[in-house]
Amino acid sequence: MDYQHSVIMDVGKCKGCTHCLNRCPTEAIRIRDGHAVINANRCIDCGECIRMCPHNAKKASFDKLASLPEGKYKIALPAPTLFGQFENLDDPDYLVEGLLKLGFDDVYEVACAAELVTEYTRRYLKQRGISLPVISSACPVVVRLVKLRFPTLSENLLPILPPVEIAGMLAKEKAKKEHPELKDEDIFTVFISPCPAKVSYVKNNLSGEKSNVDMVVSVSDVYFELLGVMRKTDLPNASSKTGMVGLSWASSGGEASSLLNDRYLAADGIENVIRVLEDIEIESHPNLTFVELNACAGGCVGGVMTVENPYICRVRLRNIKRYLPVSLNHPPQDDPERGVPDRYTMTEPEEYGHVSRYDESRKEAIRMMKDVNAVFATLPELDCGSCGSPTCRAFAEDVVRGTANYEDCIAVMRDKLREMEKGTKQ
Amino acid sequence: MPKVTAVNNEILYYRFDVDGDNFTSAGEASVQTKRILRRVGFPPEAIKRVSIAMYEGEINMVIHASGGVAELYIEEDRVVIVLTDHGPGIENVELAMQEGYSTAPDNIRSLGFGAGMGLPNMKRYTDGMEIETKVGEGTKITMTVNV
Repeated sequence: MDYQHSVIMDVGKCKGCTHCLNRCPTEAIRIRDGHAVINANRCIDCGECIRMCPHNAKKASFDKLASLPEGKYKIALPAPTLFGQFENLDDPDYLVEGLLKLGFDDVYEVACAAELVTEYTRRYLKQRGISLPVISSACPVVVRLVKLRFPTLSENLLPILPPVEIAGMLAKEKAKKEHPELKDEDIFTVFISPCPAKVSYVKNNLSGEKSNVDMVVSVSDVYFELLGVMRKTDLPNASSKTGMVGLSWASSGGEASSLLNDRYLAADGIENVIRVLEDIEIESHPNLTFVELNACAGGCVGGVMTVENPYICRVRLRNIKRYLPVSLNHPPQDDPERGVPDRYTMTEPEEYGHVSRYDESRKEAIRMMKDVNAVFATLPELDCGSCGSPTCRAFAEDVVRGTANYEDCIAVMRDKLREMEKGTKQ
Repeated sequence: MPKVTAVNNEILYYRFDVDGDNFTSAGEASVQTKRILRRVGFPPEAIKRVSIAMYEGEINMVIHASGGVAELYIEEDRVVIVLTDHGPGIENVELAMQEGYSTAPDNIRSLGFGAGMGLPNMKRYTDGMEIETKVGEGTKITMTVNV
């Protein structure tokens, strides 16, 4: 099955401008026939084009809260980021209560599962024979980026399921325990996500098996619904079950710093992430044990489907965390294994190619590179994007690959016109 | 479309001017080299070796020879780096190849460079290294990395 992306184009709204073209970190976008076209093989679902588009021609494919199925036992899985969206929210219990008021039968915070992942990661890092540095696998954009552009680092990815997947699994188990009459198909989990990449994660079964998340709605969608039902005057009955560690996963550095290991690096923002991976690939880095990478600036709080500015969100989360215990979720006391239980381990889903390479054969790639250099040498290096390719170099590559016409370069055409003009004057 | 003709279609050639006046730009040729090799599809291990050799060579040319030229010849199964400068030349090559031996000035050392590991690292990370040098005229270093 082809990879299903979560960025959708509204061709009618697209004016064919160059905002997304210039911003796409994997050069996956071209302007063809007056509108943007996304190359599915290169797109990593980072959402930068959604963020940049001034005409709202790009959207994230989310489910709507209004389309929740009737008659099912519905469990909300709020991302830690959701807690940082609200002004004056200093107690997470109000938010949990608010979700129940919206019609959910139960709430299982993703932050709780994140605390488990933190503990299991500590165990994993103690194992021998693992490839260092271990790269966090919580951000699906990073996972796809590694597999597409840095396949040699695939074995460095943390093989533990991302918190949202474990939250879905544990939420379903809890529901069955509390309500033995429920059948599997009666239970319905809804992840409240800050980013579209998680939609791709669920659609493509990136955990290797069918996801335990049944539906993904956006933080911004739920935010406005919650505003209507959350009241400070009503004391909440429900209670949040996460500690500081779980909520800290929302911002860059939260996951890594919870590992109680100094030899970590945390980078955020897709361009920075790519730079770090380039360095790790050729081992030009200090002795690192753990690398946390988040595609969005600031971490998940910077997700494109959030409401609040990421830095404000981070401050609010800090206020909420202030009076929380460090961590409330731990592996069972009688856990016989010291490692990571199989059910929390990721199975390898699919093989990817190496998209940054020109050709499988080095000989062919060298020939192509020479051709690209020859074409590039004649281009103006303006990177104006008028030809529909993001840079003059990308244009040269497109010309050599045969996916663009050399005459599409306006500088080349201008020179040609001047030549013709000269010809007619003489 | 321009006509693409190459003298030797099997070798990809690049030339980088290493600016001696600007210490902060040292290492740029190494970064570009990395990008090129990645696109051609060299294994990461080879890219690492080439980029370290190139980096050390650039730094040396900036510290000792106020810059020079770095040339890169990329073939299917090997990469050749040629570094040419018109600096003071190396008086005693054998001594210069010893780990820890350095003639770098103090201001360079205070930046963390000049540890006397440049030439030894270039030798360690490449499969072959030749030094041609003449005191008062300059130095040419040719390094090969095989894949």
